[in-house]
Amino acid sequence: MNPRITLATAGRILQQLKGDRRTVALLLVVPCVLMGLLAWVFADSPMPVFDRIGASLLGAFPFVIMFIVTSIATLRERTSGTLERLLTTPLGKADFMLGYALAFGVVAILQALVASVFAVWVCGLDVAGPVWMLVVIALADALLGTALGLLASGFARTEFQAVQFMPAFVLPQFLLCGLLVERDQMPAVLSTVSDFLPLSYAVDAMQKVTTAVDPAIWGDIGVIALWVVGAVLLGSLTLRRRTP
Amino acid sequence: MMKKVLGRHEKHGAPDVSTSVLDAATTSAAGAAGAAIVVDHLRVVRGTRVVLPDMNLQIPAGQVVGLLGPSGGGKSTLMRAIVGVQVVESGTVTVLGEPAGSPALRRRVGYLTQAPSVYADLSVRANVAYFGRVVGVGADAVDRAIADVDLTDHADALVGNLSGGQWSRGNLACTLVGQPEVLVLDEPTVGLDPVLRRDLWEIFRRLAREGRTVLVSSHVMDEATRCDRLLLLRGGQILSDSTLPDLLARTGASDAEGAFLALIGQAAARDAASGVSGSDGQEGAA
Repeated sequence: MNPRITLATAGRILQQLKGDRRTVALLLVVPCVLMGLLAWVFADSPMPVFDRIGASLLGAFPFVIMFIVTSIATLRERTSGTLERLLTTPLGKADFMLGYALAFGVVAILQALVASVFAVWVCGLDVAGPVWMLVVIALADALLGTALGLLASGFARTEFQAVQFMPAFVLPQFLLCGLLVERDQMPAVLSTVSDFLPLSYAVDAMQKVTTAVDPAIWGDIGVIALWVVGAVLLGSLTLRRRTP
Repeated sequence: MMKKVLGRHEKHGAPDVSTSVLDAATTSAAGAAGAAIVVDHLRVVRGTRVVLPDMNLQIPAGQVVGLLGPSGGGKSTLMRAIVGVQVVESGTVTVLGEPAGSPALRRRVGYLTQAPSVYADLSVRANVAYFGRVVGVGADAVDRAIADVDLTDHADALVGNLSGGQWSRGNLACTLVGQPEVLVLDEPTVGLDPVLRRDLWEIFRRLAREGRTVLVSSHVMDEATRCDRLLLLRGGQILSDSTLPDLLARTGASDAEGAFLALIGQAAARDAASGVSGSDGQEGAA
């Protein structure tokens, strides 16, 4: 690993994104539109449902979006031959993985800032804790999506497969993370399974921020961070310099 | 000298058909001391297909060596093995005295893949600058590599908007930027017009004059005249490893294409005589 090469790689990925204005617009606008739609759906509801679900969704968006973006981008590097070429240069596998994590981390911070600000000040999301914590959790979640996307792309041979990994990797977590039904109200087996899934901790942390003035989120962030590290390590095993 | 070089091969029992018998006189020119690349009993299997059954080869330093032959003959596989991205079953490839693909070589060996592997959504300059930063060279090297492939006027155009020829030149600039000592170029001139091909071959010649080793694959036989040495690969076997004049003298042909067709004809006849088809036939004959 070499910081110069890692930064060069992150810079190159951001440069690619910068040239793709439509993708940047989609990355920033889509979460806001969805958030607004969700607030509208529950506008006439007597219960404060949006306050509960809105924050959780704020944690799930960056995860889902970064998962898809990363797995497609990495697969593109594999199929276009740029990855094989890079692996004949001094670039280390960690440079590649961290380059992606850094570049998409920057995007995730922007996305989380825009979506959080929109949710709180436009949609009226009621947050008891500090708003900056929403951004921190969203960032951790985005990195989780990036790391799992890198891992998943190692198992995909085509874009079609890569896109199918989204429902395979993401939707089960989405169903079990406590967004639809509180985790302690699920059947015991599912509740236990959800204890092992990272998105559950992101949603837990988001819910703590909405309900507590001084929320204890760092344990949840720690679990997510462990998953990120594990996925990046596993993912770098799928990057092979020598291929058949 | 010949004995010394081939001594290791002899203990395997089989005489080295691929180089010693066919081109004994010329092979010694590529003795171990001057060899940039040494391939020793390399065997590569992709899936169920034996692509390179047992290859032995030395590529001298500071020359332009053409790797020619029909498609599917193992040219790209050999190149991938030399840059260290090919899984090999057995045998060794040594580049500049180090095992192929070892970390020490990654700055000294430049690889150009057959398909243009550059970022279509970046400009030529951004692509070359990125690959330059990866190998640790500065902005002047980037400008020079772009000038070398004559893309200075298009340096800020997105690669995806360039013509096919410009695209592959941009691809080449990303390999040239690190000024590697060994360049492994897989079909760099394919699909280019004659003027550009001539210009690129002039660059390859200049690189060799600077002491660099340039291995270029092509299936255009008339490019043989621009190489110091020629390797003809067919069915994973080296049919010839010599200079063009030697090759013409040996086959009695008037040009490279005629010589290669003659050699391929001889090889096919040998395969038929030994009663086995394809690359395994030669092993049987040996």
